[in-house]
Amino acid sequence: MSAPVATQTLIEVRDLNVHFAINASFKARVTGRGGATVKAVDGVSFDLHEGEVLGLVGESGSGKTTLGRALLGLVRPTSGSVKLRGEELVGLPERDLRPKRRHLQMVFQDPHASLNPGMTLQTALAHPLQIHKLTSGDAETQAKVRETLELVGLFPTQRFSDSFPSDLSGGQKQRAAIARAIITGPDLVVADEPVSMLDMSVRAKILDLMIDLKERIGLTYVYVTHDLASAKFFCDRVAIMYLGRIVEIGTVDEIFNEPKHPYTQALIRAIPEPDPDKALPRDLPRGEIPDAARPPLGCSFHPRCPKAFNICGWEARDLQTMLESRWMDLGEDRYGEERPLVGDFSKLKSTEHDAFLPAGSGKDPGELLALLEKIRAEEPDEPMWTGVKEMHAEAHGVRVTFEPGIDPPLYETGGAKAACLLYKPD
Amino acid sequence: MTATTSVTGAPDTPPTTGPPKRRGGILSKIAAPYKQSHGVQRFMLVTGTAVSLIIVLLAIFAPLIAPFSFDTYQADGARFPTQGEPSDVNPWGTTVQGFDVMSRTIYGARTALEVLILAVVFSLAIGVPLGLISGYVGGWLDRIMVLIMDALFAFPYLLLAIVAAFLLTNTIDSGIVVTAIAITVVYVPQYFRVVRASTLSAREATYIEAARAMGAKPSTIIRKYLFGNVVQSVPVIATLNAADAILTLAGLGFLGLGIQPSEAAEWGYDLQRAIADAGAGIWWTALYPGLGIVLAVTALTLVGEGLNDVLNPTLRRRRIKRPVISSSAVGPASAPTTEREAG
Ligand SMILES: Nc1ncnc2c1ncn2[C@@H]1O[C@H](COP(=O)(O)OP(=O)(O)OP(=O)(O)O)[C@@H](O)[C@H]1O
Ligand code: SF4
Ligand SMILES: [Mg+2]
Repeated sequence: MSAPVATQTLIEVRDLNVHFAINASFKARVTGRGGATVKAVDGVSFDLHEGEVLGLVGESGSGKTTLGRALLGLVRPTSGSVKLRGEELVGLPERDLRPKRRHLQMVFQDPHASLNPGMTLQTALAHPLQIHKLTSGDAETQAKVRETLELVGLFPTQRFSDSFPSDLSGGQKQRAAIARAIITGPDLVVADEPVSMLDMSVRAKILDLMIDLKERIGLTYVYVTHDLASAKFFCDRVAIMYLGRIVEIGTVDEIFNEPKHPYTQALIRAIPEPDPDKALPRDLPRGEIPDAARPPLGCSFHPRCPKAFNICGWEARDLQTMLESRWMDLGEDRYGEERPLVGDFSKLKSTEHDAFLPAGSGKDPGELLALLEKIRAEEPDEPMWTGVKEMHAEAHGVRVTFEPGIDPPLYETGGAKAACLLYKPD
Repeated sequence: MTATTSVTGAPDTPPTTGPPKRRGGILSKIAAPYKQSHGVQRFMLVTGTAVSLIIVLLAIFAPLIAPFSFDTYQADGARFPTQGEPSDVNPWGTTVQGFDVMSRTIYGARTALEVLILAVVFSLAIGVPLGLISGYVGGWLDRIMVLIMDALFAFPYLLLAIVAAFLLTNTIDSGIVVTAIAITVVYVPQYFRVVRASTLSAREATYIEAARAMGAKPSTIIRKYLFGNVVQSVPVIATLNAADAILTLAGLGFLGLGIQPSEAAEWGYDLQRAIADAGAGIWWTALYPGLGIVLAVTALTLVGEGLNDVLNPTLRRRRIKRPVISSSAVGPASAPTTEREAG
């Protein structure tokens, strides 16, 4: 795509947090303390320049949608700052935010659900105009609606303006939703996976339409997607999200040609290759996405990171995962030998960088220590061992001391910025 | 940009299934359940509707149909006998107070209709907005409202109506209005519950968030986006409650609350006055008002249950229509193609 037209900053995001309380107890709800929280957006900062397209890419649950909604004030940030042309939006009461919505619009993922089934397109598109009193009189409103329908390629406009959403195809509905978003002449449009629910054949057309609109009426987009290929085609810059953080942000060139963060590198390798001869083995990062309510210590990607090393934030949970996956691979016999040595995992205790692994009942902690040493010798490549500083037997188990982890901020790398300790300046 | 642009496929053409369907007027909306129903359902709906219509017609044209007024005790200067047998003058006999049974029964329908209409209007006017606001706003307001409504709902309904009628009798003159309000108090929680429940699910819909994103005020969202999608469950509860309301009305009348005998004819009140007659072999004073209650309740229940079967999606089993291929489905050959590569 064209190089970013670096002009003014439209949106400035600093340390934005959106936390959701989950299954909070009654007491926690009343006092506002205690209870678990999901950090859907966790300390995110970036700038958005006028006229650029920023992609937010990440796996499901990484907080892309929540970040997009928080930019528009559709979900209340827990803390942080979002400035629109220098004007703070966070903390504004809904009443003061409403007039601003004219400039901040959203296109939703599901075109079938984002239009009121009981409204014709004429009514649906006229409503934003009426809310913000942008037109005077029905004739002007109608003309503006027709003009916008034509702009998004829904003609004959006469026919479409009288249609109900149920009369339209998925692609047409999304065009109508886009029309509704741009009719107030917004500056920023957040498009939340605008094509992911559409037929393959219309995806490219909708993206083309969005590019066309950007040029014609001067829009800035935040494009939320989990599809890197479409981000490459559509965006100027890309931010890779993982567990509520931006782990890497840079221009499309930087991200696709020289990804810095191990997670980005894995994602890029996992893009399906259209040419089967050139297809590489797809190695998505090992393991599952961790529970967002209890993110890993240090770098939250470390349990899945092939390059993780000593200061990446190793902790007791990693010890358990390592043992369990080892037993999974070894089979019945070895499992029968080794499992009894280790006590109940629910009694696995951890303080900061320190884990206490209980020995099986009636077993000598010395034996357990020997087992751990043996595993270490057998699997020296397991990155966790780089972070184990010390292991010694105690009364009822083994105490494992880990290297203290560091939670990496975004570091300069000479290209994209990446939140990875490999780029930590000394 | 290569991977995505090369994707080709069927052009995204305008709707070619004929001109956009008009969402029909009120009439076709009303007719829809009758068209969609079949078998027993349709029988229930049609019978119930027919009987209800007859009762409504009787109520409206009572002064033309009934031989006398409900409080007439004489004709041509001659007093009616008390507890008189059916005769030429009084086809269904007379009551213990010397009123004409036929006239009182027909006028009873009128009273029932008046009370019902008022009660439904009051219940809708209170229950629907409360349910919408409670469901959309949520939070403390919602919890308090639910608490109050549940408390009302848990109360034995007749007792609630009695208390309400008793409290209001001295403040409001019209017995009809008093009774209607007493019935409203009983049924508002049901409207509230149903409307709140469908609001809660509609509130999560993307188009509601879209409305918020475009800057609509909560009151606008409730009016323009929620209301139309939520009220569809209301006609069913309204008809189902109407049957119950007739019973409550009769119960109040039977206990002598609400409507004063001089004000209007009321089936429950007449039944109560006829209790002593039954032992003496005087059957006509109890039979006709009793029949009035039974018919009205049955007819409304049939309509309510029939509508519920047809409109409630969880129970719905529509007749499978054979697809009709009309010529317009192919689309006019000149239909312009909307899509053109834009970038
Ligand atoms: N209203 C909410 N209440 C509680 N938790 C929420 C809420 N909205 C989102 N979350 C949580 O926040 C995290 C991020 O969710 P979000 O929808 O932003 O992810 P996403 O990246 O958009 O995922 P997807 O690709 O599936 O759309 C998830 O763990 C989700 O469960
Ligand atoms: S800091 Fe870098 S190397 Fe360490 S775990 Fe995270 S991504 Fe991997
Ligand atoms: Mg999402």
